[in-house]
Amino acid sequence: MSAIEVQSLKKHYGHLMAVDDISFSVMSGEIFSLLGPNGAGKTTTVEILEGLRQRDSGEVQVLGMDPWKQGYNLHLKIGVIPQGFRFFDKSTPREALKYYADLFNVKVDPDQILREVILEDSKDVIFENLSGGQKQKVGLALALVNTPELLFLDEPTTGLDPQARRTMWHVIQELKKQGRTILLTTHYLEEAQLLADKVAIMNKGKIIAAGSPSELIEKYGSGKRQVMVSDTLEDVFVKLVGAPIEDEGNVVKPAVS
Amino acid sequence: MVSFKRIFADLSVFRREYLRNRTGFFFALVFPVILILIFGAIFSGGSNGPIAVYAQNHDSGPIGAQFIHAMNSTNVTRIFLLPNNQSLTQYLQSNSGDVGLYIPQNFSSSLRPGNHVNITIYSNPSDTSGQIVLGVANGVVNFLNLRLANSSAIVGLQSQNVVSKSYSYIDFLIPGLIGFSILTSPMFSMVNISSEYKKSKFFKQLSLTPLTKGEWLVSKVIWYVLLSIISFVLMTLFGTFAFHAHVGINAAVIPFLVVGPLFFVSLGMLVGTVTKSVESAGVIGNIITFPMMFLSGTFFPISLMPTYLQAFAHVLPLFYLIEGLNNVMVYSNYSQAVTDVLVLVVISAVVFVLAVRFFKWRED
Ligand SMILES: Nc1ncnc2c1ncn2[C@@H]1O[C@H](COP(=O)(O)OP(=O)(O)OP(=O)(O)O)[C@@H](O)[C@H]1O
Ligand SMILES: [Mg+2]
Repeated sequence: MSAIEVQSLKKHYGHLMAVDDISFSVMSGEIFSLLGPNGAGKTTTVEILEGLRQRDSGEVQVLGMDPWKQGYNLHLKIGVIPQGFRFFDKSTPREALKYYADLFNVKVDPDQILREVILEDSKDVIFENLSGGQKQKVGLALALVNTPELLFLDEPTTGLDPQARRTMWHVIQELKKQGRTILLTTHYLEEAQLLADKVAIMNKGKIIAAGSPSELIEKYGSGKRQVMVSDTLEDVFVKLVGAPIEDEGNVVKPAVS
Repeated sequence: MVSFKRIFADLSVFRREYLRNRTGFFFALVFPVILILIFGAIFSGGSNGPIAVYAQNHDSGPIGAQFIHAMNSTNVTRIFLLPNNQSLTQYLQSNSGDVGLYIPQNFSSSLRPGNHVNITIYSNPSDTSGQIVLGVANGVVNFLNLRLANSSAIVGLQSQNVVSKSYSYIDFLIPGLIGFSILTSPMFSMVNISSEYKKSKFFKQLSLTPLTKGEWLVSKVIWYVLLSIISFVLMTLFGTFAFHAHVGINAAVIPFLVVGPLFFVSLGMLVGTVTKSVESAGVIGNIITFPMMFLSGTFFPISLMPTYLQAFAHVLPLFYLIEGLNNVMVYSNYSQAVTDVLVLVVISAVVFVLAVRFFKWRED
């Protein structure tokens, strides 16, 4: 069963085609990762799926609902960490959870959720004094309050140190084990490679490649698997998107596909 | 379905943000008191005493001195005699004394029928006390004239106050300043919050929860109603005890303390919603707020303004709030206060509905 179905989705801002005719589907229980450089259209796509933005055209079904028209009901079943999540400056994580629990009219054990996202130690620190990683974890904790079956995580690890990023990965893997569907956007390729069952690479509003990480490496990789260093998703990404890379001291700009 | 649980959850977060933030605390509790203390100190006392009149008596006869005595005994003016070798006009200019009185030489001996003699009053046309002194002097002169003509007054004047008690400026100032703080506190922060939340995607985040726009706005209204009650109590207490204001506290103020914040929260929200950026919201907010702040009878009665400005005041919502508070707290004129409340209820309902309609959780 698919949790998300997208057919020929389009969205423009003025002359800019932010999302240009994309199609994909996300199966229940899988982690689907949208990869792409800045401005590729990831957030726009995610916000359309969350019902926060209206699409120009195309078919979109999220948990069987039209996110724009049935947003209120959809929001009861999804959890979201928006890009650049922030909360009220003077509230603590525990107070934030209490607030969301009241809004969703559910009984939650704040300590249980905070343990789940590994934030127990900072439960009484006001938001503005939390570190970047802790703030993102508050976002994740809030996204879990209504025990959503589908989670949208828009760049949940951007700006975090490697340590904090690994904790976040761990938490995401635990959530997958509980059977939740997760749509994750990221700039970090190793993150997608590690976590995602399926990856779609976006550039300039289009999906330029999709499949499981191993399929992509198979298809677009250089075939370096026999040697010690095997291709990573990063190699594929750079090849497809055409970001400049450092190669033996020379800056090489690979041909754009 | 409106949920009070959600409204109170939002209210409790908002209250915490407000109170843990020192600026919020300052504007909620300290600012109203400072306002009363400053304006109370400026305007209380001073103006009640007799008007100082600097006089020179060049008359060698008895009538000049009697004239001065008569002026003094009215209690409206107090005469300060200057030595005759000084120039009165120069003295008035250099000492910023506003009113002068000059009694000429041979005043007493000139007083006989068929003759004419003048007493001169010097005054500054921009100062109303000159007019008062002129009136008092006129009374004394008339009395002298009658006596010289061996006649007595037929038409007398009796003065009676139209209102049962007399008011001082501070009585009038307190409702004005309460109205002022009901305007400023919600208006400035709602303009800011609504544009700031939009920019930082905070509204989008809230739209992902079951909280509705209307519930969110109601929770803000409740908070500012609470604040306005607190500042009403503080300002009335300080006004009464520090400056002896005679203002009544009674249940009739409650409708104003509820509808006032309702109106300004909605208006602030509307301004923040229809503007594109935080900066333009601030500018538009000020353009709406400042004329209202000064022309609604906040610091002085609108009857002191030219008629076209008085007409303008009647389209300002704050005018009805302040007029209503005055009617309830000072003049006990309840039937007029009902009209004021009704005007406010109607415009608040309209602006509230517009604010909820136009303000968007999410983008198209
Ligand atoms: N509200 C908007 N109005 C106009 N242009 C917008 C708006 N939102 C996004 N854009 C533009 O649409 C394009 C796609 O933006 P989007 O935020 O979807 O990219 P993204 O892939 O999420 O980028 P990033 O990795 O930097 O978060 C960008 O060029 C952006 O400037
Ligand atoms: Mg983005």
